[in-house]
Amino acid sequence: MMWSSPFVTQATSVSQIMLRVLLALIPGIAMYVWFFGPAVLVSITLASITALATEAAMLKLRNRPLKPFLTDNSALITAWLLALSLPALAPWWLVVVGTAFAIAVSKHLYGGLGNNPFNPAMIGYAVLIISFPAHMTHWLTPHGLGGIELSFAQQLDYIFGGILPSGLTLDALTMATPLDTLKTQLHLGLSVGDIREMPIYGRLAGHGSEMVAIAYAIGGIYLLYTRVINWLIPTTYLVTLFVIAGIFHLADPVHYAAPLFHWFAGAAMLGAFFIFTDPVGGSTTFRGRIIYAAGAALITFLIRTFGSFPDGVAFAALLMNICVPLIDIWTQPKVFGKKGGGK
Amino acid sequence: MRTLDHFHGGIHPAEHKLESSELPSRIAPLPSLLILPLHQHIGAGAKVQVQAGDHVLKGQLLASAQGMVSAAIHAPTSGTVTAVQPHTVPHPSQLPGLCVHIEPDGKDQWIDHAPLEYRAIPKSELLAKLREAGIVGLGGATFPTHVKYSLATDQRIQTLVINGAECEPWITTDDRLMRERAAEIVRGIEVLRHLAEPAETLIGIEDNKPQAIAAMRAACAGSDIEIVTIPTLYPSGGEKQLIKILTGKEVPSGGRPTGIGVACSNVATAYAIHRFVDHGEPLISRQMTVTGNVRTPQNIEVLIGTPLEELVRLAEPLPGATGYILGGPMMGVHIDDLRLPVVKGSNCIIVKSAKLFPPAEPAMPCIRCARCAAACPADLQPQELHWFSKARDFGKTQEYSLFDCIECGACAYVCPSHIPLVQYFRFAKSEIWQRERETQAAEIARERHEFRMERIEREKREKAERLALKEKAATAAKPAAPIAAPVMINPDADPDDTLQMRIDAAMTRAKEQAATAQPRNTENLTPQQQAKVAEIEARRAKFSELASNAGADDESSKKS
Ligand code: SF4
Ligand code: SF4
Repeated sequence: MMWSSPFVTQATSVSQIMLRVLLALIPGIAMYVWFFGPAVLVSITLASITALATEAAMLKLRNRPLKPFLTDNSALITAWLLALSLPALAPWWLVVVGTAFAIAVSKHLYGGLGNNPFNPAMIGYAVLIISFPAHMTHWLTPHGLGGIELSFAQQLDYIFGGILPSGLTLDALTMATPLDTLKTQLHLGLSVGDIREMPIYGRLAGHGSEMVAIAYAIGGIYLLYTRVINWLIPTTYLVTLFVIAGIFHLADPVHYAAPLFHWFAGAAMLGAFFIFTDPVGGSTTFRGRIIYAAGAALITFLIRTFGSFPDGVAFAALLMNICVPLIDIWTQPKVFGKKGGGK
Repeated sequence: MRTLDHFHGGIHPAEHKLESSELPSRIAPLPSLLILPLHQHIGAGAKVQVQAGDHVLKGQLLASAQGMVSAAIHAPTSGTVTAVQPHTVPHPSQLPGLCVHIEPDGKDQWIDHAPLEYRAIPKSELLAKLREAGIVGLGGATFPTHVKYSLATDQRIQTLVINGAECEPWITTDDRLMRERAAEIVRGIEVLRHLAEPAETLIGIEDNKPQAIAAMRAACAGSDIEIVTIPTLYPSGGEKQLIKILTGKEVPSGGRPTGIGVACSNVATAYAIHRFVDHGEPLISRQMTVTGNVRTPQNIEVLIGTPLEELVRLAEPLPGATGYILGGPMMGVHIDDLRLPVVKGSNCIIVKSAKLFPPAEPAMPCIRCARCAAACPADLQPQELHWFSKARDFGKTQEYSLFDCIECGACAYVCPSHIPLVQYFRFAKSEIWQRERETQAAEIARERHEFRMERIEREKREKAERLALKEKAATAAKPAAPIAAPVMINPDADPDDTLQMRIDAAMTRAKEQAATAQPRNTENLTPQQQAKVAEIEARRAKFSELASNAGADDESSKKS
């Protein structure tokens, strides 16, 4: 046996990195359960099982070893991110279809771990929102707003059987998201200030969901601290989003929400720390990462403000994923010894 | 206090220095056998001057430097030359190289030698003497010292950098040497200062060697040599990296430090120079760290040519060895065969065990996390280089500056997918070299062929002319012939010679390249890659045959 140097490596492994990402999602999930009930745990479980089963099937089909890839935890991240992007009270098949598509098509048909140009969870989300838009709009009303809350058993009945307690409709249990509400009410002629007075809003953004966003940010800080993710992308994303939203808000506070609202509404925090930081489809260079994250922030803002989809994070991720090969070519750093004199 | 610059990236691997750095170094007893490869340095191999049966004295020349970039080899002790034959040498390729085998007579009897009054002789003479003394860079690169300090008349050295960084884990030879022989090192540095006449002399030492720093400070007290403590960060001991840290200057890609007014030598090299000028001893021994899975890791002064086996035995190996690393764990070579001899470039031997060096984890796909790029001291994008090497798109690897990779291993160290990145880069480099060599061989063959056709033509022409002259001479005045003939021949002879010289130069170049080439790391390659390697091997054989046939043709046509 002949070996080649180096003969020592750091202990960090892909599966460890991915495991930390999963851990970092736990505070957010806990907040989610607190405000919206345990239904989300069901969708996370469903998505996880589907992801692992699809992963195993695809590995078999592609003749790849099962063990290293089933234990790399990457399929679980896709599953969790997708489950967290869907309404918690969604029929079981929605979660299963979305996850299976994400893993089978957008991950394995492109060559599996490391080769997928697009974030699989976001592809899953995009496919669902385009194919089943109606199912994607029923978000549970958060705890504490005095709405009707289902018991866990009743939630399970709906998820797996589509059955609601008699006399209740889905509309009575759910609401549009804070971002969606803002958009529709603005169309109806209300001002941002008036809309924010509505009970579904909290201090920063949506009541309940803002706390989930804060918990995501806490998880994100843990990832930064443990160096699982690089600081550049989250920072650039959040700062750019803040600046763009800030400019619009300053120019016209009646029609444009404040920058902090953009930070804590929708999937901005989840995106900043968990989605845009997915390395596989992201840029790898310093300047490239700045362009990538700033572009994502711009697209998020534009879709949220002027587009017809409820949030822009998923499409921002996918659109920037498309640009990455070009961005990386343009932003190659200067190599040692080739810096001076523009050689 | 000097403000330090820094290089991009770098890593902090576990140091493992204390294992071997605390024992005083000792001198190895005479080995039972010495094996001296003729090629222990960068450049052309030395030309052997002894034959089997010769008795040699300690310090006697065994092989002389051949060409400018070369260095001589000397007998490390007195004894009998038993053979001049191939033996496996500690070259990454582990292919056999020609070696002088000596059986020591136990007397360790010196040849006549004397200190050198180096300030009294011209610099060119001093450089020639360093070449004859076989002095090469002992930091690992083994670049002949006399070449490094042969400066063009318009070249000025601003900074002389002395490398005492010793950034590789496990290795402590320079550390020990600085602690124990600081004054001697400074004597050697004085010689380098005499040669380079730098405006400033800086000794860079990593801050994990406080005793070495103190010893060197004491030895330099009163001189204007400055000891600069640098932060411990691998690979700050890389020549380009150290120069960047100390001077802020970047050695241009493909360039030499002297091009930016910097000369850089290792502390061990300075020590070897001291041995030569102050004692008249050529380079016949060096310090080595013996560490890893042994009872008493330590530093040992050992004769060049000592079989590693005998060296390792001195540190009492423990059971469970799983192989050996010659050099450090970041850039060294794995060897299984301890019959290999110590060469000038050997600074460390690590006995591996499954516990100290667990086998590599299986590689996963690249997840483009760019941790490798963040660690790369050459500002490369290893993930892209990996992608293109794997795809065998060698043109692209060169576009992404493959040849600026110093093979430091920082990228592979941090890679969470455990991809043997450096192995891919060595593979890509050797593929590219191989292709260039093939083109060159084909070029030589073509040149030789044309040369031969031209000669046949010319000989015909000359024959005809001679015949014509003879006829003329027979009819006309006699003195005409002797004058005409040389005039006819000379203009022809000239291009003939230059062409021959060109071919010779090309041949030596090719030979040199072949000799200094990195290994083809053919392990862990896909079957397709292996097939390709075999194919190239076959092609190479064909080309060398072609080239030698062309040579043989030449020979025969010369005789006819
Ligand atoms: S560190 Fe390894 S996995 Fe990460 S980008 Fe580099 S090669 Fe790929
Ligand atoms: S081995 Fe080459 S590519 Fe890897 S870190 Fe060192 S210089 Fe960079």
